[in-house]
Amino acid sequence: MKIKSQKDFFSGLMFTVVGVAFAWGATTYTVGSGARMGPGYFPLMLGILMALIGLGIMFSGLTVETTDGEKIGKWAWKQVVFILGANLAFGILLGGLPSIGVPAMGMIIAIYALVIISSLAGHEFKLPSVLILATVLAIGSYVAFIWALKLQIQVWPTFITG
Amino acid sequence: MELVEHLSMGFGVAFTFTNLLYCLIGCILGTLIGVLPGIGPVATIAMLLPATYALPPVSALIMLAGIYYGAQYGGSTTAILVNLPGESSSVVTVIDGYQMARKGRAGPALAAAGLGSFFAGCVGTLILAAFAPPLTELAFKFGPAEYFSLMILGLIGAVVLASGSLLKAIAMIVLGLLLGLVGTDVNSGVARYSFDIPELTDGIGFVAIAMGVFGYGEIIANLSRPDDEREVFTAKVSGLFPTKEDFKRMLPAVLRGTALGAALGILPGGGALLAAFAAYTIEKKTKLKPGEVPFGKGNIRGVAAPESANNAGAQTSFIPLLTLGIPPNAVMALMVGAMTIHNIPARR
Repeated sequence: MKIKSQKDFFSGLMFTVVGVAFAWGATTYTVGSGARMGPGYFPLMLGILMALIGLGIMFSGLTVETTDGEKIGKWAWKQVVFILGANLAFGILLGGLPSIGVPAMGMIIAIYALVIISSLAGHEFKLPSVLILATVLAIGSYVAFIWALKLQIQVWPTFITG
Repeated sequence: MELVEHLSMGFGVAFTFTNLLYCLIGCILGTLIGVLPGIGPVATIAMLLPATYALPPVSALIMLAGIYYGAQYGGSTTAILVNLPGESSSVVTVIDGYQMARKGRAGPALAAAGLGSFFAGCVGTLILAAFAPPLTELAFKFGPAEYFSLMILGLIGAVVLASGSLLKAIAMIVLGLLLGLVGTDVNSGVARYSFDIPELTDGIGFVAIAMGVFGYGEIIANLSRPDDEREVFTAKVSGLFPTKEDFKRMLPAVLRGTALGAALGILPGGGALLAAFAAYTIEKKTKLKPGEVPFGKGNIRGVAAPESANNAGAQTSFIPLLTLGIPPNAVMALMVGAMTIHNIPARR
């Protein structure tokens, strides 16, 4: 069977998968009945509803004629990995991950890592300008959050401050 | 008249040099922090609250109010210029505001947001002063049934608001509801979908979702396109002032937004967010004049109405706080906290 609108088909697929996932997760909680709803009742119903709507959208993607097939774009793997990776790195460096023994490295290092990793997602990568941006951001954040607002954020790694 | 007496007494207290200065500082700080994407009024006030500890109660309250309005307004600036809503109530401003900015009309969009907010704020203040006692009666009458109806109205509004496929709009609403289920169940206390992560038992924040959907999605999509197709707003902000034509279109939108915002702001829980969405929906339903840009493509009414509504709503949301002593939303809860610190009883 030929897909007539890729956009509709894949968005429907996404809705179905998310709906099924939520409904499946809901079965681990007490579902109860309509008169005495447990914590799992509402998510189960919503998940099923969402999966059904998703199936409907998929169905329309398979049947409704479109002129150009409404193709979905290419996957932007590089950008997704670098942008999300940069945020992940920022969080881990800022707060550390005690469960696997990663120490917190503080705000300044986290900002440099954030800027450098996320700039790798772009088309061109110029180290000098990236470093300048990171430095400006680090100083700005220090002034705004540490100096002016006096937030309790670790600034430097513990092996520097001791 | 009692109203004029009270107002003049209030002005007498507020119009001292130090109090005006604190108000200015509060507004500037609030706007500066509100402009940062991802930091809404709640976070802003929470962060700046300690700054008011050292002040006398009246100045502290004035400064806090300044921070509140500043944060409210700062949200719309990022919404228009970079397509990132600074806080939840400026989510709708993004739709038309950013489109205006892309067409090089960022100036008028910012001005429309600013002027609309100012007007709505002034009207809201007058309403607050004049109608607080009778309006309290109305808010008292709201029970679970009324809130349920109100929420249904909001969800239907979201479907009406969406452009394109109806089925997808409903699916997105269901997705939103499902995401809202993450966290502790109010009735049974069971932590749903939290995967034993303590942060998730509080639920997923609105700002986190808005940042992910509007901010990150946009950034990643932009970067993945080849250079020549990329949509980045680079045009200079030139000419801040709207044209005569703009004013003519803005004015009724601002009036409608203000009226709606003032009415919805009184309701606990709804406040500025609901007001902004409702105002935009109404604008979208009104007929387009010939030669007017359609909604979603940079219509100035789509900026002016929700911005007026959320400011009017922000003003009138003081009513339940000052009259009933119940905070209608998280921001007001913080204000109660601040008042308690300064020994001001919230309820008269």
